[in-house]
Amino acid sequence: MKVRLATVWLGGCSGCHMSFLDLDEFLIDLANAADLVYSPVVDVKDYPENVDLCLIEGAVCNEDNLEILHKIRAHTKVLVSFGDCAVTGNVPAMRNPFGMDNVENVLQCAYVDHAQNNPAVPKADGIVPQLLANVRPVHEMVFVEYFLPGCPPPAARIKALVAQLLAGAVPKLEGEQLKFG
Amino acid sequence: MAVKTLTIDGRPITAEEGATVLQAATEAGIKIPTLCHLEGVYDVGACRLCIVEITGTTKLLPACTTKVSEGMEVQTQTERLRNYRRMILELLFAERNHVCAVCVSNGHCELQTLAYSQGMEHIRYDYTFPKWNVDTTHRLFGMDHNRCVLCTRCVRACWHIEGAGTKNIAGRGATSKIITDLNQPWGDSDSCTECGKCVMACPTGALFQKGSTVGEMVHDRDKLEFIVTAREKKQWVAAD
Repeated sequence: MKVRLATVWLGGCSGCHMSFLDLDEFLIDLANAADLVYSPVVDVKDYPENVDLCLIEGAVCNEDNLEILHKIRAHTKVLVSFGDCAVTGNVPAMRNPFGMDNVENVLQCAYVDHAQNNPAVPKADGIVPQLLANVRPVHEMVFVEYFLPGCPPPAARIKALVAQLLAGAVPKLEGEQLKFG
Repeated sequence: MAVKTLTIDGRPITAEEGATVLQAATEAGIKIPTLCHLEGVYDVGACRLCIVEITGTTKLLPACTTKVSEGMEVQTQTERLRNYRRMILELLFAERNHVCAVCVSNGHCELQTLAYSQGMEHIRYDYTFPKWNVDTTHRLFGMDHNRCVLCTRCVRACWHIEGAGTKNIAGRGATSKIITDLNQPWGDSDSCTECGKCVMACPTGALFQKGSTVGEMVHDRDKLEFIVTAREKKQWVAAD
């Protein structure tokens, strides 16, 4: 039976997903071994149940991120923190030194202090999700089985980890395949 | 000079009296991870990465400041040591804002290299995200406290190779910081000779040449060793 694979894009730049698409011909092997049941590149709106493996790109930045993350954990066997933002917080977490409850400071800084035109904090309840008090890496919010660092992780590294997982092994990144940044 | 015999990881080794365990191991080709150790300046045992197990004591001792003694039995690669080393590295990453992706030293960083060598693929401790500034007041160099691991290599290079005494350390514990002169902006320093030895000594992206962008800052540590060898041994030879 095919593996039910999902990928998700939280607070990140999508660079990890770009790198995922760089898997080139391995994508064909992957398509034979797995069904992509949820991803920014497939048109499925709700995270399904009984997912075997989910690659999570991005840090946990807002209420939507946190909500779907809990849903993912509840519906998925194996989670992989996919890229530095998920693993460390990385660039999105650079707002944290503004203070551990920094939403007002951050929005003020971005949309008022440095605005050239119409300085105002954008507000659209129910459309734009509320920022969390600070940004956290994925494993600080839910249990994560494996980690795939890199900004972004190169395709070869994604392949190394995914191939090991599909083979039923406990994945281990070594040498060139273990790198941050 | 008297010679001491000891074993490191079961291998019989001889070392000169007064040598450190780290020197003896290095001479024998046994690699012990180090961070605050820098060839050319004295050791302070600050980072604890070079901790080793020595039969007869339950304490883990830093190889860089522990002298060899007759009959000493040293272990450098036990499971316990590997666990502690990884823990130390993770705590260093959690203590400041080491954002590798946007760091001048990405790819040329001793902290990164050590982390990979210990298999660190994530940090188990909560990040502290402290607020630190970047001092870019100096004409040539910058100091990013977010990336500092407080190894004090810059301080020792400044005092004991250059002899300027510009760099120092202030504060206590995790809030300690590297300062210039009397905790002034680096650009206002009267004593700094602009030699750049502190920048060469830095293991991370904390000290950098202005104008370096992501991954561009390569610290030329061999130059320090070259200067010290020339001064002490009167030999103008480059390191291997």
